[in-house]
Amino acid sequence: MVEQLSVFLQNEAGRLAQMCRVLGEAGHNIHVLMVADTTEFGVARMLCDRPHSARRALESAGFAVSITRVLAVEVPDRPGGLADVLERMGRQGVNVEYMYCFVRPGSEVAVDIFRVEDPDWATEVLTAAGIGTARAASLYDIDAG
Amino acid sequence: MPRGTLEALQVERLRRTLQRVYDNVPLYRAKFDGAGFDPATVTSLDDLADVPFTVKDDLRAAYPFGMFAVPRSDIVRVHASSGTTGQITVVGYTAGDIRMWSEMMARTLSAGGAGPDDIVQIAYGYGLFTGGLGVHYGSERLGALTVPISGGNTRRQVQIMADFGVTVLACTPSYALYVAETAAEMGIDIRDLPLRLGFFGAEPWSDNMRLQIEETLGITAMDIYGLSEVLGPGVAFECTEHNGLHVNEDAFIVEIVDPDTLRPVADGEVGEVVFTTIAKEGIPVIRYRTRDVSRMITGTCSCGRAFRRMQRVFGRTDDMLIIRGVNVFPSQIEQVLASVPGVAPHYQVLLTREGSLDSVAVHVEISPDIEFDEIRELEGLQRRVRAAIESALAVSIAVKLVEPKSIQRFEGKAKRVVDLRGQGEA
Repeated sequence: MVEQLSVFLQNEAGRLAQMCRVLGEAGHNIHVLMVADTTEFGVARMLCDRPHSARRALESAGFAVSITRVLAVEVPDRPGGLADVLERMGRQGVNVEYMYCFVRPGSEVAVDIFRVEDPDWATEVLTAAGIGTARAASLYDIDAG
Repeated sequence: MPRGTLEALQVERLRRTLQRVYDNVPLYRAKFDGAGFDPATVTSLDDLADVPFTVKDDLRAAYPFGMFAVPRSDIVRVHASSGTTGQITVVGYTAGDIRMWSEMMARTLSAGGAGPDDIVQIAYGYGLFTGGLGVHYGSERLGALTVPISGGNTRRQVQIMADFGVTVLACTPSYALYVAETAAEMGIDIRDLPLRLGFFGAEPWSDNMRLQIEETLGITAMDIYGLSEVLGPGVAFECTEHNGLHVNEDAFIVEIVDPDTLRPVADGEVGEVVFTTIAKEGIPVIRYRTRDVSRMITGTCSCGRAFRRMQRVFGRTDDMLIIRGVNVFPSQIEQVLASVPGVAPHYQVLLTREGSLDSVAVHVEISPDIEFDEIRELEGLQRRVRAAIESALAVSIAVKLVEPKSIQRFEGKAKRVVDLRGQGEA
């Protein structure tokens, strides 16, 4: 299972930059980042090195931070690859709250990050269908909570 | 003291006070003459209803020394209230007033459970503001070890609190929370310190905020009430029953009046608090309209004291926001916020005008420890806050969630309302 950092951001110019600077100065590389926004606020979600230590750095800089367990699924990097995965999950009643994906240089597969209600059950469903999930350590430097 | 004896004492002191201000203060002589009121005719507390009111502007107009009821040479100290809304007002104390004040304040501290063995850290501002020196003299009169640290420099406050083994803290309620936050930032668990009791006042707060202070600081929080025009801190105090503020009725007569009609309201009804001082020499005030909003609590307190109780002040007549015809006090909003899990009681109310309609936005900090990830959880929180405020206040508002600690903290009185309605298009 993969640990994703979520940071609450009020709509204010420069706030995302401040968040990145805190992480940069504490030596945490961000591997993937996406920002969900509403008219009033945003939530930055990311995979970064040593997420628990990153959380402490951000919190002491005044940010509200959550760590969420998400699924990282290796999806063949070809047309229809994602559709196959989603159909499997859909048939077993696994509802996707949100997702985002990225491709690492030189890799044959894309990594799709899924936020689902019950990630353990979703992992079982995918494993039974022969679809692999990525280990956290292959995506970022892990640390203990 | 039995109620009957107390009231007889009040009438006697009232009559003497009215006569003295009539003889010595031109403002009162003019007011009384204008209303056809003769102080010599006072025989019961009911006669007070015929006496003209005193308002803040009367004190402003008398700046600096026009309200003194004794020769200037008998005044040993002055304080002044902040002039944020106009000319500052000056109050003067005789040596007897200082003794009386110390007594009232010592009574307040003692009723809340403080004693000669305590170490009292006074983080109210010292100076012209009555808070610091008022509590200071009461603490010394009580025989406690008094730490006159005044306001500000919060890290040093925490350090001294820890080093001295302070047991009692006196400051504004919002500053108490700020002290706790600062201690946490310094890696000090304030709950582990000997601090056990706090006396908080000078700004409106709520029961929920009391619980939060008690929980966060690991102490018992007492409410205190006073205002410089009447005395300073020590006008009314809480006993350990935590059920309203006993007014020091041997020194003050309290009334609650309708702020529009100025007629006294029935016991238990909400209105403006009015005080008449009956034991003060320097500047007695007669039916002084405090602009504080509260009500008297009916019945006697189980602590056995004869002094009647007023409820904690929950607003100011001039803080009262009239939003689309509905009366709203910022403290009501605070009360609601404390009841919604996921947000902190740090908030600011922004008033704007769109066309001819007032628009209210409440900015509230999310709790630093909530778990969130999905937008809809945050939107749900925002909706719950809005629904809770709307159902409590019967007025529609917008809610904006903001980051923890993004709303400015105040070391004195918190500024909760930002009114932009007079500034054109918002």
